[in-house]
Amino acid sequence: MRRRTFVISLASWLVSTTSLTRARVIHGSIPWSPFPDSAPEIVRPGPWQFFTLDEARAMEAIVDRIIPPDPETPGGKDAGCAVFIDRQLRGPYGSNQGLYRLGPFGKGTKEQGAQSELTHAELYRKALAALDGHCKSTQGGKSFAELGASEQDDMLRKIESGEIKFETVDAQGFFSALLKDVPEGFFSDPIHGGNRDMVGWKMIGFPGIRYDYRDWVHRHNERYPYPPVSIAGRADWTPKSRA
Amino acid sequence: MARKLPRKDVVIIGLGWTGAIMAYELAEAGLDVIAIERGPWRNTATDFPPGYAADELRFRIRHELFLRPGQTTFTFRNKASQTALPIRNWGAFMPPNGVGGGGVHWNAETWRFLPSDFVLKTHLTERYGAGFLPEDMTIQDWAVTYDELEPHYDKFEYLCGTSGQAGNIKGTIMEGGNPFEGPRSRPYPNPPQDQPFSHTLFAKAARDLGYKPFPQPSGNMSRPYQNPLGVRLGPCTYCGFCEWFGCGNYSKASPQTTILPALIRNSNFSARDNSEVTRIDLDSSGKRATGVTFVDTAGDEWEQPADLVVLSAYTIFNVQLLLLSGIGKAYDPSANTGVVGRNFTHQTVSDVVSFFDSAKFIFNPFIASGAIGMCIDEFNGDNFDHAAHGFVGGGYVGQVQTNGRPIETTPVPPGTPLWGAEWKQAVKENYQSATKPGTGVHGSMYSYRDVYVDLDPTYKDRFSRPLVRITMDFHDNEIKQNKFLTDKFAEIFEAMGAKQVHKEYRKAPYDITKYQTTHLCGGAIMGSDPNTSALNRYLQNWDVPNLFVLGASAFPQNAGYNPTGTVAALAYWAADAIRTKYLKNPGQLINA
Repeated sequence: MRRRTFVISLASWLVSTTSLTRARVIHGSIPWSPFPDSAPEIVRPGPWQFFTLDEARAMEAIVDRIIPPDPETPGGKDAGCAVFIDRQLRGPYGSNQGLYRLGPFGKGTKEQGAQSELTHAELYRKALAALDGHCKSTQGGKSFAELGASEQDDMLRKIESGEIKFETVDAQGFFSALLKDVPEGFFSDPIHGGNRDMVGWKMIGFPGIRYDYRDWVHRHNERYPYPPVSIAGRADWTPKSRA
Repeated sequence: MARKLPRKDVVIIGLGWTGAIMAYELAEAGLDVIAIERGPWRNTATDFPPGYAADELRFRIRHELFLRPGQTTFTFRNKASQTALPIRNWGAFMPPNGVGGGGVHWNAETWRFLPSDFVLKTHLTERYGAGFLPEDMTIQDWAVTYDELEPHYDKFEYLCGTSGQAGNIKGTIMEGGNPFEGPRSRPYPNPPQDQPFSHTLFAKAARDLGYKPFPQPSGNMSRPYQNPLGVRLGPCTYCGFCEWFGCGNYSKASPQTTILPALIRNSNFSARDNSEVTRIDLDSSGKRATGVTFVDTAGDEWEQPADLVVLSAYTIFNVQLLLLSGIGKAYDPSANTGVVGRNFTHQTVSDVVSFFDSAKFIFNPFIASGAIGMCIDEFNGDNFDHAAHGFVGGGYVGQVQTNGRPIETTPVPPGTPLWGAEWKQAVKENYQSATKPGTGVHGSMYSYRDVYVDLDPTYKDRFSRPLVRITMDFHDNEIKQNKFLTDKFAEIFEAMGAKQVHKEYRKAPYDITKYQTTHLCGGAIMGSDPNTSALNRYLQNWDVPNLFVLGASAFPQNAGYNPTGTVAALAYWAADAIRTKYLKNPGQLINA
C-alpha cells in the first residue's frame, strides 16, 4: 500500500474510534494509573438530543406498546425507553461507529447478516417519518401518537408481519431494531437513561450490580431479599439536600 | 519505509493466553522477548473495576472489550457457489482485542480433550471401519498424544488455579468427577465451585437417569489461590457478569491474574500495545523469517527483526497473517491441495430452555459464575457406541447457566408474542423459574473438504489488505449429532420436573448472526504430513522453521469441549520443544 493512502485510511479510522489510545512500549512494570480511566458515560435527564419533537412523540407511543404499562410496573415510556434510544442514537450506536461500513453492499442471505448501508440513526429517522406519513394518509390525518392503543397495536403488528411496507426504508428491519432496542432500554443499567428507578429489574427480581452472592449461592430455592443496585447506586443512598 | 528497531531473540505476535505463556517460558530461558499486541493494555483496576464492570449494555451488547469489525472483519458464505459478504457486526463468534486476549472475557471453562480425540482418524477407523465416515470428512490425527500433553495440561491448570473434581487420577476413577476423562497426574489445584439451585437439581436428575454428573472444571476460583509464579487470585463471588466481561475481583484466571505480573518483572521482556503486526518478513529464500512489520497508532510502520517468530493471535488472524505473508501453500478445496486455510471448524452448540412452576421454583439465575455448571460426558467424543447412530462425534451436555442478565436471559415460553402485554407478563412470570444454559449442548465439529478459509477477492480492511473469507456450513453428521445430544439433554430437564421443555436444535445452514462460541479452530493445523498440515507436532511451521504458530488454528478438527485448556497445553508443549530441542540446534525439528 502507498504510504499516503495508508495514512489517510488510518487517520479516518482513528477519528472514528472513541479513545485516541497511543501505542506504548511496556517494560519493567505494569502500566497503571491509580484511578479507573474508563468510567461509563452517565445519561442526564433533559431535552431530546436526537429525536425531533414529532419523532419523540411517536417513539414514546411506540415504546409504550412494545412494553405497555400495567398496574404493577410502568411501561416503556415511563421507564425511559425513548430517552434511552434517543441517547443511543446520538452516540456511537447511532452512527454505527466501529462496525464494518465499507462497500460494496450486496444483498445476501439471512445467514450472512444485515448488509444495510444505513446507520441506526438513519434507519430510525427514515422509518419514523415513513410511519407518520403512512398514518396521516390512512388514518384521516392523525399521527401515530394520536391513534388509540388498539389501532397502534394493529399497525405495529402489520409492520411486524410485512403487511405494511415503507417506500423509503425496510419497515420490518425497523421493527426488528425496536424489538432489540426497547427491551435494552427497559433492562439496561439506569445510567443509560432507561430502566428508570430500576423498574425493569424490580419487575423480575434482578438485583443489578451487587457483584457478590457468596452468602446466597447455597440458599437454594429462597428468594433473594435485597433490592437492586445500579452503577449509580440507589435513590435511598443519595443524601436528601437540606431545604 | 519501515523504520528498523534493534533485533530481539524472539518476537511474539499477540499477547493473549498463548503469547503470555510463550513469552514467560522463553524470557525465563534467558531470551530477549518482545510481544506486539494490536489492542490496548488492560488492567483490572482501571478497565473493569467492580463499580462498573457489571454493565450489560456496554460490555455484552456493545462489545466494548472486543475487536471492532471496523478495524478488521471477515467475509462469510455457506458455499463456494455464493458470494461472500462482510460480517458487519459480530454474531457467531467474538474476536478478542487487547492484552490478555480472549482470556480477559472468557468463561474460564477449562477442559481437557479425550485421549481418543488426539488420534481421532485412527481410532474411529479402527472401531467402525473407514466406510463409516462421511466421504468428504477430512479429520486427522494430531501428531501429539494425550499422554504427551498431560504434564502441560497440568501446568496450565495449576497456573490458573482451576476449580474442579478429578474423575481419573493415574487410572483410578474418582467418585464425583468425570469418569470418561483421560488420566491426570494429580487432583485439580482447587475444589469445585459451589453450585446454584438449578445446576444442583440437574445433577440429581442426571444421576437418577443413571448418568455420572460432575462439576464443570472452572477457572473461577472456589477459594483464594496463589499460583506457582507467586501470583494471587481472589475467590469468585458468583456475580453473574463473567463471560463477555472482565472480572473485577481478580478471581477469573486470565493472563492478567496469573502470568503478566510475573512476566513483566523479567527484564528480558517488553511489550508494545496498540500496534498491529501486518506481515511476517521473510529472507530472499522464503525459508526463514527475519522478523515482523507492524504499524502503531500514529500510522508509522516499524520493522522488528528477530531470530524466532511466534504467531499467537486468534485462530483466524494466525491464518490471515500466514496467507498475507506468503508462508505455506494456500488451500484449494477443488484440487484438494495446499495447507493454509484447510480443516477450518467451529462448534456445534444448541440449547434447551425449560420452564418450571413459578410457585415451586426460585432459581435466582443471577447467582452464577462463568464456568459454573453440572455436566455429563456420556455423549462426548467416542464415549458411546456410534455404530447404530450413523454419525461420529459428540459433546458434553449440562446445566451450565452462567447468568440471569436481564437483556440476554429473560426467556419466555415458545408461542409467546415478541412484544406487548403478554410478552411482558411472560418475562415477569418465568425469570425466576426458567433454565437457559446457553451452551447446554457443546458438540464437536469435524472438518470437511468444503469448509475452509482463504482471502476474499473484494473486501478489504482499513489497511487495504484483503479480508479473510470464511466458507462454512453444517454437514449432516453434525446435524444428526446435535439432534441426538439435544434430545438426551432435554430428557434430563423433563426428569427435573419442568412443565415445558423447549429444544432449540442447531440446524443448517450455518448462521453467522447467531452466537455459538468463539471456538474457531483449524486453518493452520498440526500433523505429520507437510502435504496436509501447516505445522509439525511441535507447532513449528513446515516451510519456515523459525516460526511457531500457537492457538486453536492448530486443531485438525474440533472436539466437544471448550478449547482453551488444550490451546494452553499446546503452547507449553511448543515452549518445551523450543527450550529443550530447538535452541540447541535451530532448524526443522522433524524430518518428514
